[in-house]
Amino acid sequence: MTEYMIEIQGLKKTFGTFHALKGIDLNIPKGTVFGFVGPNGAGKSTTMSIIATLMLPTEGTVKVDGLDVTDHPHEVRKKIGYMPDFFGVYDQLKTVEYLHFYGGSYGIPRKEREELIPQLLELVNLSDKKDAYVDSLSRGMKQRLCLARCLVHDPDLLILDEPASGLDPRARIEMREILKELKSMGKTIIISSHILPELAEMVDEIGVIEHGDMIAVGNINRIQQQLMAKRQLTIKTSSRHEELKQFLLDQPLVQGVFIDGAKLEVQFSGQDVEQAALLKSILLADYEVISYQEQQTDLEDIFLAITRGGGAEQ
Amino acid sequence: MSKIQPMQSMKQFFLNPVIDKEYRLRMRTSRSMWTLLAYLIAMGLFAGVIFSIVGMEQRNSIYSSGFTGITFIVLSFAQLGLIAFMSPGLTAGVISSEREKQTLNLLLTTQQTSFTIIVSKLISSISFMLIIVFSTLPLYGIVFLYGGIAPMQLLTIFAFFIFNMIVFGAFGVLFSTIFKRTMIAVIVTYGVVLFMFVGTGIFYLLLSFGYNSYAYNGGSTNPGDYSWILHFLAINPGFALYSVLDSGDWYMSLVNSPSGVKTFFDYVPFWLEYVIFYTVMLVLAMYGAIRKLRPVKRK
Repeated sequence: MTEYMIEIQGLKKTFGTFHALKGIDLNIPKGTVFGFVGPNGAGKSTTMSIIATLMLPTEGTVKVDGLDVTDHPHEVRKKIGYMPDFFGVYDQLKTVEYLHFYGGSYGIPRKEREELIPQLLELVNLSDKKDAYVDSLSRGMKQRLCLARCLVHDPDLLILDEPASGLDPRARIEMREILKELKSMGKTIIISSHILPELAEMVDEIGVIEHGDMIAVGNINRIQQQLMAKRQLTIKTSSRHEELKQFLLDQPLVQGVFIDGAKLEVQFSGQDVEQAALLKSILLADYEVISYQEQQTDLEDIFLAITRGGGAEQ
Repeated sequence: MSKIQPMQSMKQFFLNPVIDKEYRLRMRTSRSMWTLLAYLIAMGLFAGVIFSIVGMEQRNSIYSSGFTGITFIVLSFAQLGLIAFMSPGLTAGVISSEREKQTLNLLLTTQQTSFTIIVSKLISSISFMLIIVFSTLPLYGIVFLYGGIAPMQLLTIFAFFIFNMIVFGAFGVLFSTIFKRTMIAVIVTYGVVLFMFVGTGIFYLLLSFGYNSYAYNGGSTNPGDYSWILHFLAINPGFALYSVLDSGDWYMSLVNSPSGVKTFFDYVPFWLEYVIFYTVMLVLAMYGAIRKLRPVKRK
């Protein structure tokens, strides 16, 4: 038994002369919710397709729960539930029939499916649509139905490629709630999304991929600490802005100061202790401080910092 | 016990979710009803024209059982032509349309094997074709009113039609798996079917013309030297059908010229050679489609 649900080593994928993946190494522990972050065309979907046994790697190995995806694809498929970024549905089937079809395709006996499908529909809030034709469902409902389809064989690993794309804010919140519930059920989830703040709320770890290279992997807070070496402080004072600017520039850990109306934006390279000391020195110098705060960085800032090279001072 | 198990696994295969889904999807579209109607109208028109001609001949008191035979032959050729026309349309989109509708990847990540998916798709398409062809049986029934055709002949012809449906269908499924666009798969499948009907005949004519010119210029005087050219006719569905209708006598008269050594295939009727050749092609097409459906690691 391996402690990792996914083990990727030296994964490369080329399409002709185009190198979609340039040697990715990645280990995802069981029960982890892993956020896959990267711009369009970075290699997220290619990596997910390889894990889902839909594509062969050019080089390297990918294992799901210890099983190599190229050597044991049939066994791997039992363990995964895959939701692609773009997918279609069989419009002429009813919601229940749709789930019966996939349940049957995973070898679940009809009797078991009769009990399982109502539970799945309840989980994704589609119980009232069980006899509706799939064609008549909204985009958000189809997304939820597809998620129910992923869960029909109770897989250990969920691979969700942009599950919230194209959804309105309400449908996105509903999707997020379902994912939180799945997380609480102990599923390992790989999820890619371009709506980064949403990912930040539910993921344990992130992997940032760009141009086929995995440029950062790990816990969000740790990456944040590594990459966001400069803190952005906002100081609001009642007067003497130019004087305060000069005062701050004379401090050893201050990298730059910009005046924005009544506020001063300060780039500061110290940690919490130095930050507190800076505030103390400002107050001792008799400046009238109205507010003093550190700007919060979210996943979007991290992503922008990494992909633009802004966080290169690791 | 040992007899029951294969029966159960066969039953399980024919009740597999892919076939079940395909039947539901196919029978829930109005397109299926219109296709069936169009087919029956086309066959009905053929039959109407033929029976009118036969009726006129009867009024002129020259009716003979030979006319029933001609009616039966013309109807059978019309049926074969319509099967050749319909089968590519019904099968050449079975995989590519799933790819276009973005449902294929979802299907490929299930536990269904490539074999099950491909064979189920073929079976479901052929089943619909069978419904269409069997719905024309009443038209054939009229032929019996005139006599001269044995029920066994009708069964043989229908078995030949079913074999052709499977062959044309297998090519359709293969190209549907190879090509991403349904339109291209349909065009290529029609191209192959057209080659089977016309291309093989043209090859035969060109080769006989070439041989005759060669023999005329003193290259050979032995007619047996070129009997192999007839094998191009043997893989032509039209000639194979004629061979079925004519019990192979016509073919034997072609090869029974004063020649030298004859091979096994010189003694088998066209239709049998046809069945052997296309059974091999059918197996290759299905194997190709199964291999191509999912990425397979090279050993």
